[in-house]
Amino acid sequence: MRSAQDTLTGEIFEEYAVLSVDELSRLCAVDRTYIVELVEEGVLSVAEIEAEQWRFAGTALRRARMALRLQRDLEINLPGVALALELMEELDALRRELERR
Amino acid sequence: MEFKDYYKVMGVARDATEAQIKQAYRKLARKYHPDVSKEKDAEARFKELGEAYEVLKTPEKRAAYDQLGRGPKPGENFRPPPDWGSGFEFSGAGAGAGDRDYSEFFESLFGAAGGARRGGHAFDSGRGESGRGQDHHAKVILDLEATLQGGSRTFTLRVPEIDAEGRLISTERVLNVQIPKGILPGQTIRLAGQGSGTGSGAAGDLYIEVDFKPHPLYRPDGRDLYVDLPVAPWEAALGATVKAPTPGGTVDLKIPAGSHAGTKMRLRGRGIPATPPGDLYVVLQIALPPADDEKAKAAYRAMADALPFDPRAQLGVMQ
Repeated sequence: MRSAQDTLTGEIFEEYAVLSVDELSRLCAVDRTYIVELVEEGVLSVAEIEAEQWRFAGTALRRARMALRLQRDLEINLPGVALALELMEELDALRRELERR
Repeated sequence: MEFKDYYKVMGVARDATEAQIKQAYRKLARKYHPDVSKEKDAEARFKELGEAYEVLKTPEKRAAYDQLGRGPKPGENFRPPPDWGSGFEFSGAGAGAGDRDYSEFFESLFGAAGGARRGGHAFDSGRGESGRGQDHHAKVILDLEATLQGGSRTFTLRVPEIDAEGRLISTERVLNVQIPKGILPGQTIRLAGQGSGTGSGAAGDLYIEVDFKPHPLYRPDGRDLYVDLPVAPWEAALGATVKAPTPGGTVDLKIPAGSHAGTKMRLRGRGIPATPPGDLYVVLQIALPPADDEKAKAAYRAMADALPFDPRAQLGVMQ
């Protein structure tokens, strides 16, 4: 067991991260073809294209990992994952709307 | 150790068919999946569910488990019988280590590596590149003050590790982390070099996704915050300058005359101190003074006499 000694300082990943397909697939521990599939299904959006290479915003990491967990744990296919994520986002937005009242 | 009633966890009868078990798992997994569920103990329930399913869906494991009978009464101490496991061959042993941590009960029966790969726990690891250590991912729930003021917080994370005998064990790691001021829910703190190390290459990184506990005053929406501010009817009607709480301290807020319940006032830049900072929305609530003595009742009666006011004019039920 390692215990806390010094205070660790990190950065907010989403504020600076720009990810290539390879970086994103490494961070998610998946094959790069899986990332391509997520883009084709509309689960992930490409932030920009640089020298013909896709670049993702840092927020893609959380979304890709969530898609991966849903697919693995609930045994749903990719279109199902895409639908689930969209509905979950809508639900989140509605919950926040409710809280603003 | 505590005996686990896997049938009870899954809510199925002891003679449930494979199809019924699968159906129960699917239904409960959707309910308690940590990404989907808003239940408080979703993570623990999902883990328990995965473990129960792992045993009950595998005929050999289920048969072996059934041999134990119903076990001692819940909460009573359990020891596997001495002849436990003889005559059964468990498939899947030695599967992907470094992923799931099972209960002590499960491990005493099927060994630490007796499970298939299945996720949904707080701390899992990604595959590292050759020569580079593994990245780790975790999720923590913070108080809102952590992002408003910054400061350090201490977390205890469970880390799956392989011990000297090659068994999967789960250790606790205590981390003291400086919370970047202005971090938003759903964002991630990256701690370089705090993942697993390897002998040769660089250590992996630790990614901590943050979310916030509900706060008694402020409700976050992205980088903006909402706060309810009760005002007296005459403050709303006539206008007033009142004290209002903000994350940066109390401010004097000018309520315009003719305000009503639900009027939103924006205090620019007083939300979560991200870049750019969010705004604080003050939402007015009209608080009615109680009519609990003669003086108050008289004041209400005087108002009723003085004002030709029909609050239901819009409902088509004119007096």
